[in-house]
Amino acid sequence: PWKAMHDPATQIWTSFIAHEQKRDQHQSSKQHGGPTMAEKGVKVFGMWASPMAIRVEWALRLKGVGYEYVDEDLASKSDALLRHNPVTKKVPVLVHDGKPIAESTIIVEYIDEAWKDGYPIMPADPYDRAQARFWARFADDKCNAAIFPVFTATGEAQREVVREAQRCLKTLEKALEGKKFFGGDAVGYLDVVVGWYAYWLPIIEEVSGADVVTDEELPLMKAWFGRFLAVDVVKETLPPRDKLLALNKARREQLSA
Amino acid sequence: MAGEGDIKLLGMVVSPFVVRVRMALHRKGVSYEYVEQDLFNKSELLLRSNPVNKKVPVLIHGGKPICESLVIVQYADEVWSGKGASIFPADPHERAVARFWAAYVDDKLFPAYIGIMKAATEEARAEKAKEALVVLANLEEAFAQCSKGKPFFAGDSVGYLDLAVGCNLFWLEAIRKMFGVTFFDVGKTPLLAAWAERFAGTEMAREVVPDADTAVVFAKKLQARFGSNTSAK
Repeated sequence: PWKAMHDPATQIWTSFIAHEQKRDQHQSSKQHGGPTMAEKGVKVFGMWASPMAIRVEWALRLKGVGYEYVDEDLASKSDALLRHNPVTKKVPVLVHDGKPIAESTIIVEYIDEAWKDGYPIMPADPYDRAQARFWARFADDKCNAAIFPVFTATGEAQREVVREAQRCLKTLEKALEGKKFFGGDAVGYLDVVVGWYAYWLPIIEEVSGADVVTDEELPLMKAWFGRFLAVDVVKETLPPRDKLLALNKARREQLSA
Repeated sequence: MAGEGDIKLLGMVVSPFVVRVRMALHRKGVSYEYVEQDLFNKSELLLRSNPVNKKVPVLIHGGKPICESLVIVQYADEVWSGKGASIFPADPHERAVARFWAAYVDDKLFPAYIGIMKAATEEARAEKAKEALVVLANLEEAFAQCSKGKPFFAGDSVGYLDLAVGCNLFWLEAIRKMFGVTFFDVGKTPLLAAWAERFAGTEMAREVVPDADTAVVFAKKLQARFGSNTSAK
């Protein structure tokens, strides 16, 4: 999971979002640093366009846990965020009764354990849990790194990176075989971790003019995209498509300039 | 106990990730068949058991493979939860903190010290050494936060984070021997320096961790094989 935060693709992604936010009119409440007293409740430090942050929201909503969402300006991070995550200074950070946890996949497991009587996010069986963790790591390490180049490449180079991205996703797709969701009949940990592909990948495809997840190449994944996007907690949290599209379009132009 | 028996570990003697798993299995008091792999000539069994990454360690339990060292360690703690010592703490927040730092070690420490070995110039090596020291400075803080005055990251005895960091110590010693880099400065990271000695002295470490010289020999073999213009001591 850690690799996801530090792989070049994610770093470039979030730093470019930060850059865009300087010009973006979208602004929401910014937490200013306050006293370090333990506060009751759940806070999520995130960013509206961050696929890593949305994982945390999905997990909390599956558990029916209420939370305060703090939308960070990544170009000008709040004192609170920097206080809660001094090591990597990244979003998302979950603060539960004053105690911070960083790293989206670790936060998701924490949520499953802290509210253990709620919706089961992790599989029950140790072997299935190991598989879910393995695939989550594979997706964040390998698939994300394979997807990012699709965003910026053009022409023949793009065809090659698309094939590479498809190869990665085809490997991941194996974990879907015979199931409605990665978690089985209902969404689970791996769905929460890779679910962002269902919304962000089509946007990346539209912006870059590439076709990655097609019925021919990745039928199971394509079908799962539709099912995943229909899940209530997902529908409730997705950022506005036009905004996300505009952000990605602008960034692609910037990166190609 | 149900679930034991028919346990194989595919490994390679100087892989810190394999050492990590061996430590975990030692903590759980689990016996297993260890199968040394030739990573330059990968076996059918390895390729079949880990087709995605083709790497060690792979734990094969009842014929089912589990890959990725941190995944294996968590699996071992869960599947043999009644056996041996607990690797993870019970408290969810403590578990999350342990996972955070373990992932940090793999993401930051390992590439830094491997980078020291692979560096083509003195400047590059010095840069990587500096990176490693930043990581260790952060781990010093983590130790203070997690141990709360006790001898190990996990408290009175070794736990998940001790294993995650500790499996790298023999390599840090090997690199110190080869390149003269001092990782544990009692002046800069006193807690970690004391912990490292303590960790190396545990029965588990003495049983499972290879000698630093074994790593030195391996590193030199790699340098010879792939050609490196840095010379080790």
